[in-house]
Order: sequence, then C-alpha cells, then structure tokens
Amino acid sequence: MRRPPLCGGALDRTTRAGDSRCGPHCARADDLAGPTQGDVTLGKRQPEGPPPAPAVQRIRLRYTKRGRLRFTSHRDFQRAFERALRRAEVPMAYSAGFTPHPKVSYANAAPTGTGSEAEYLEIQLAERRDPEQLRTLLNTSLPDGLDVTDAVEATTSGLADRLQASVWELRLDGVEHAAAEHAVAAFLAAETVEVQRRTKNGLRSFDARGAVVGLEALPGQADRPGNGGCAILRLVVRHVTPAVRPDDVLSGLRATADLAPPVPAAVTRLAQGLLDEESDTVTDPLAPDREAVQAAPPTAPE
Amino acid sequence: MSAESVFPQLEALLPHVQKPIQYVGGELNSTVKKWDECDVRWALMYPDAYEVGLPNQGVMILYEVLNEREGVLAERTYSVWPDLEELMREHDVPQFTVDSHRPVSAFDVFGLSFSTELGYTNMLTALDLAGIPLEAARRTEDHPVVVAGGHAAFNPEPIADFIDCAVIGDGEQAVLEITEIVRGWKAEGRPGGREELLLRLARTGGVYVPGFYDVEYLPDGRIGRVVPNRSGVPWRVSKHTVMDLDEWPYPKQPLVPLAETVHERMSVEIFRGCTRGCRFCQAGMITRPVRERSITGIGEMVEKGLKATGFEEVGLLSLSSADHTEIGDIAKGLADRYEEDKIGLSLPSTRVDAFNIDLANELTRNGRRSGLTFAPEGGSERIRKVINKMVSEEDLIRTVATAYGNGWRQVKLYFMCGLPTETDEDVLQIGDMAVNVIAKGREVSRSNDIRCTVSIGGFVPKPHTPFQWAPQLSVEETDARLEKLRDKIRGDKKYGRSIGFRYHDGKPGIVEGLLSRGDRRVGAVIRAVYEDGGRFDGWREHFSYERWMRCAEKTLPDFGVDVDWYTTRERTYEEVLPWDHLDSGLDKDWLWEDWQDALDETEVEDCRWTPCFDCGVCPQMDTSIQIGPTGKKLLPLTVVGGGGN
Repeated sequence: MRRPPLCGGALDRTTRAGDSRCGPHCARADDLAGPTQGDVTLGKRQPEGPPPAPAVQRIRLRYTKRGRLRFTSHRDFQRAFERALRRAEVPMAYSAGFTPHPKVSYANAAPTGTGSEAEYLEIQLAERRDPEQLRTLLNTSLPDGLDVTDAVEATTSGLADRLQASVWELRLDGVEHAAAEHAVAAFLAAETVEVQRRTKNGLRSFDARGAVVGLEALPGQADRPGNGGCAILRLVVRHVTPAVRPDDVLSGLRATADLAPPVPAAVTRLAQGLLDEESDTVTDPLAPDREAVQAAPPTAPE
Repeated sequence: MSAESVFPQLEALLPHVQKPIQYVGGELNSTVKKWDECDVRWALMYPDAYEVGLPNQGVMILYEVLNEREGVLAERTYSVWPDLEELMREHDVPQFTVDSHRPVSAFDVFGLSFSTELGYTNMLTALDLAGIPLEAARRTEDHPVVVAGGHAAFNPEPIADFIDCAVIGDGEQAVLEITEIVRGWKAEGRPGGREELLLRLARTGGVYVPGFYDVEYLPDGRIGRVVPNRSGVPWRVSKHTVMDLDEWPYPKQPLVPLAETVHERMSVEIFRGCTRGCRFCQAGMITRPVRERSITGIGEMVEKGLKATGFEEVGLLSLSSADHTEIGDIAKGLADRYEEDKIGLSLPSTRVDAFNIDLANELTRNGRRSGLTFAPEGGSERIRKVINKMVSEEDLIRTVATAYGNGWRQVKLYFMCGLPTETDEDVLQIGDMAVNVIAKGREVSRSNDIRCTVSIGGFVPKPHTPFQWAPQLSVEETDARLEKLRDKIRGDKKYGRSIGFRYHDGKPGIVEGLLSRGDRRVGAVIRAVYEDGGRFDGWREHFSYERWMRCAEKTLPDFGVDVDWYTTRERTYEEVLPWDHLDSGLDKDWLWEDWQDALDETEVEDCRWTPCFDCGVCPQMDTSIQIGPTGKKLLPLTVVGGGGN
C-alpha cells in the first residue's frame, strides 16, 4: 500500500502523521483546483472554447532504452516522453475533454530492466513537421539512453500488427559457451517447456518453447577477468499471449538443462517486426511507411 | 575513503528489487561535477523513499545552490527500500548517491533534511549503510560532518547523539557559509581535526553542535539547564532567514525524475512564512516573518521552470497561498499565459476565509472541477478560537455554496482531534458541519450527487509553538473520540451516505509527539527501534507502534521518565524545554501569553494587517515583513511562432 504523502500530496490525499508543516493532519496541501483527480462525469460543465485541433500528421518513431535507463518502466518512459514533447514544443494533437492528453500510441514495450534498440510508438501532430527534424529535436529533449533512432511519416495502418516477433540478445556473464550451447540444444529439443511466472493474479504456468523461433549460443567476451566465461544467446521469439519474455526462456533453460547464470543476464531487444520464417529474423516494421512516402511524398504544408 | 562509483556492484542487484529506476539517477537537470575539481563535497539526503524525497523543494534548492558554486559539488541520496538494503548488506554495497553512485562516506558533509521526525530511523539506516559510526562522538576526521536541517531540526535534541551539527531556518545562505568554513579548514591542512572544524562552525552562532553543550537534569527528570562546554560557543543558536526571495529564485532547473514521485509538477514558492498565527502550526511559527516573492519573480520562475522541465502542472506553494497580496493577478496572469499550453495550475494550502471562488475558477478555466479542500481544523467555534483559526461556520458555508454553484461537486474538510481544551462535543460538531455543507450543496446544485469528506487526525503539540506546553491527548482518548464522531456520521440517515470519513488512529501521533518534544534521552529509544528493525516510520505498512513502545519501555526507565512524561504531560512556565537554546526568534514569554490566550479562547490577529503584537521574531532576527503589492502585472509573453492552422 502506498503511503499518504507529505504536505502537498498528490498520489493519495489521506492524512498522515508526521509532517511539521501544519501538524499531524497535514498532507492537506491539496489542490484547491488541480486538474488531477476526481470524477469527470459529475458536473454539467463542458470545456469552453473550440475543440482541440485535429491531427494532420502521424509520425512513427523507433527509440532505444540503453544503459542504466533500461531500468525505466514503460509508465516511466511515457511520462518522460510526454514531457520531452512539451520541452521540444512539438505541436501535438490532443484528445478532447477536461484533461486533454497528447495523442501518442505505444506498442509492445520491453519489460523493465531489459534494454532495447527497437521500441516503437506513434504520435499525432496538429501541425506538420519534418520527421527527421523532429527526431533531432526530440533527442535534445530526451535523456541520454532514451534515444530516437528513426522517424517516418505514417501513411499505412497497423504498425502494432507488424510487430510480430522480437530478436533478443541475452548476455550471460559467468556462463561458459559450451554450457550455454548444451542448454540451448536441450531447450530446442523439447516439444514444450513449462515455466512459471509471477503475475498480478499469482503464479502462472505456460509453455515457453512454442513461441521460440530461433535460439543460438555464441561465445562472448568476458567483461571482467575472473568471471569465468561469457556466453551470448540470440533469441527470436514470436509475440504471443501470454507473452514469452527472455526471462521465461531463461527459466526454460534452467528447467531443461539446469543453466543458472551467476549474475543476472543483460538482456537487450535488438529488433521487432514482421517475422521472416525462412531466415528466422525480423524485418523493419517502418519499411512499408518509408516505401509509401517514397512512392507518393505527402503534400507540403501550406 | 574511496570515492569510486559503486554502480557496477549496485547494477547487479537492481534486477532483484522493486522500481530499480529510483536508484540509477540521471534525472533531467541533475548535475554531475568532476570529483577532483571540487574541494568541498556535499551529500544531501532526504531520509525517505526516492518517490517522496526527490520532489522535496528544500533538497532541490540546496543541490542547485551548491552545485552553482565553483569548486563545490552536491549529490543526492535517498533511503533505500528494505529489499535493496538487504542486498546491499549482503554484497557490501554502501549507501550511495544517485548522481554518480559514490559512497556517502567519501563526502565532506552529509546533510539531511528532516521535514518530519519520522525520518530519524532512516537516518540511522543510512549512516550504518554508509559505514559512518552512528554516534557522532566516535567519528574521526575521515568521516563526513553530519548536518541536520529542516523543520524537525528546530528540536534536534532526540538525534543529538547521531548528528554533528544542526542548522535551523532557511538553508540557502547557511550551506554556503558552512562550505566556506570547511573549505578554509581543509585548505589549512585540517588543523585541530574534527573538533576544530566543529568549533569553527559553532562559533558562527548559526550552527548548533550538540556535543558542545551539556544538559543537566533535575531529580524529577526535567532539564535543569543546558550549558556550552567550550569557550566561544554561544548560549543560544540562531535560525537563518533569507530576506529577499527574488534574489534566490531556486530551483531554477527543477529535477525531473523518470520514476514516478508524489509531486509531478513545477513548484514555485510564492512566499515564505505565515503570520496567521494558528497556534498548532509549527511551520507558521518558525518561518516568520512573511516574505513574498514578487509577481514578476514568480512569472519568471514559472516560465523558465516549465521550459526546463516540460511539467504540465504548476503549483504555487506557500503555507497559505491565497494570502499572497497579488494572488488574483498571479493566478489570472498565469492562466492567461498558459491557456493554450494545457498547463494546470494548483494552489495548495488555501484558507476558507481567504479563498475566493473566482480564483479557483480561474485556475480551472478549462480543467475539471472535482474537489476543493479546506481546513477548518476544529469543529466548534469555541475550539477554533482556542487554536486561533479564525474561520466561522457561516464563512465556510458561504464559500462552499459558491463552489457548488460553480460546478464543484466535492468538498474535503480537514480537522484535528485532541486539541487543547477539546471535549467530545467540539469533535462531534464536525459531523454537524459536514451535514450543513451537504445540505447547502444539495440546495445550491439541486442535485443529490454532492459529497463531503471529513479527514481527521490526532493533534501533536510541537516545539516553538504556543502549544509546546500542552498535554497531548492519549491514544485511547483520541480513538474513543474519533469513534464517537464516526458513529454520529454513519448514523445520519439523511446525509450520512454523502459524507466520507477518513481518520487515523492516535498511535503514530504519540510516537511523533515523543520525537517532537523529546530531549537527548529519547535518542536511546530511536536507536533501539532502529536496531530492532524500525524503518520508514512515515509509512503505515512499516510503522510499528508496538515496537516503539517496547523500545521506550526498555530504555526510558533508566532515566526515570516514560512516553507519557514526554507526550500527555502538561509543562509549566518554569520548565526548561529541550529546545530553549535553539532560537527561532519567538519570544518565549510571548508564546506563553499566547498559550494563556488560547486557554481563554482569545484570538490574535495577523500582523500583516494589524499592528505588531511582539512575537519577537523581527527585532530578534533583524528581519521584517516583506509583502506587496507591487502593482505590476503579469503580461503574456511575446508570441512565439504565431499564425498556425
């Protein structure tokens, strides 16, 4: 349970012992008027003025979660991104109502703690902007590690549908290459690999094998001497429900071959996109947009 | 002491803990200066979880003030949750700063900001994790100087054994003075060791070094006197007061965390201090006099701050924000300026009488009107006279009627239970007040869809207030009174279902009371609680009343006192109070007179609008009230871009 906050609290407005500002009852510094909580539907008021400007352009972005910022949760990223949009003065299209939100759609975020080179989202603008200039501008506003690496104007639908599979890299420090290879072989040989994961609704069992399209063990360069070896797993996994995450595959390797890395694996998503069954790899999900733009450039802004 | 970053060791632990992002730093607008290029290094701590500590304005201000100075660096550290604490102990990772993950023990000064006494056990955890001896007396030249600040530092006696010094009042200038003294002492080759450094600090008259004072006790347990034990150390230590807020426009670049925190907004302190004279309010007493930031200064801070952060909400902070002499122009000016940008404005801490619905409407022009909060504090007219909260029920009902008429649908009312002279009847009248609010709301809005929430907690008498002599109400009596009120509200067939009732039992209040008005002997309790596993006492799920009482029963009898002695006992005029040698500027005789006035139900006006009534602060501290109006207006900024679609 989250605790009631200090003076000026925002998460929960209950009182709490322990603030010298106004005595024990304090936590009262509530908004007299902050547009932050409560029921929207109660009043008969409508927002005054014209409705928000409509969206005139959609832009799809590919971004990263690198280094220590891989510990950013998806909710954390959303707040950081929306603030970066404000700092960069991006002309966002907003939803209507008393608490307008900038129109951003996020797709298939990587779990907290895993790095990523290939996250995707789409924003809707009320004024047209050049995607490449927008990308540069956003990067000056975003913290290092959350970097926008690609921007294209969206002219097609269904970005989310194109994110069929992911390529992951799992760096296992302290694991010999041979041991990793052995475990991978055992995993791939199994028809199903039952694993468990703790979810909001308790412990849940599911198969981690079916969604795995490719898994191989490569030798890695040990980070620090004396660590033992280092192995790198390259994993291609189909997006299914329930999602099979790199962690689940690691659980699977433990279940099938007792592979237990001495330190937590460093996990990075390298790519997401349409699954190419023949080569066991994925293709750029922004390619259809790029091709469409090249075929028929959108009309210039007035 | 090695100053190497411990991030590699920490990183390996992070996948195993909750919300790891809070430990990695890298917040927007955070500063990492080169270690070797600075000769005075501060570690600043808000001794609570990151989500509470990061938005703390005090720490943010000092962090920026210090980092702006050449040759000085400041990094931040917060309390780690028990899951990480356990791993850190197991893997020998010390308490670290989030900025560059250096061990806290490598810094020159370790400054802690205490908004509440409930952070004391967290300080001990941090010291221990840092490898710094818990007792100040056992520290050597190689350890940081541990400085306490914040409102709780106005009575630092319960933590006197654990801190090297305390600073009371505004920190902006004080940290720079301390920095210069540390710099000089280091440059001279640390003459006289730690003792000499502390002496230099103490002799300024503005830094309290508990080790330089002996406390003598009377046979009955009360304090006989407090005497300096070194020459040149003052009998009383003064508080610090920053006089021109416009000269200190901090934070200029507020920190924007990636992790979710309790306040996600651009906060601007619009004035400091309050002279309303509510007798229970320590903040109002110890931060006198009132010093306003000018309307143009506020406008500039908001503009720069929003640019630097991208926040979508502005909070205009102070102890009673609607009291700023130009609040109407400020609110309207900001609402006009940011209308297009979907920036929300909020005004915490407003009083019923100062409240102006026009102001609230201005702040929510196109926002939703969900809830308004007021703090009548006491249920009866009589008790409000005792506490000097000059609000009449008619005022409240009139304000509430206008609010409901303007589309607001919920009112939240804050009260205290256990105020001096209070009877059951005073508290039961809270129920009547809530009923009247609902009845008026239904009448004005012609709707039954109206709510009123009553929120109530136990009153804790605080040092440096007229109630510092008052007996605190016991846990049993507090709970019994709250239950009676609950039963009364729930039993009301016509209105009861529209009234929400939130209350907190009396237990945390008694521990807070023990720590608030405690003396050095209470330190033994704090230490015992910490050693018994006590942490995060401000969090309901971590706080254990039973543990505190058990540890108090183990330690206090040696001194011939107990928890009741510190909490429910009324003090007399003659008694030497543990904090008497810390000078908040308030004249003790004036406080006593105000206490007697409280018992007589006599009210005192606000000195901003009436002649001075000699609380003592201005002459004692050589300060004065600084208020407007300046007559200036907040103009819209020059239009950026223009045209558009």
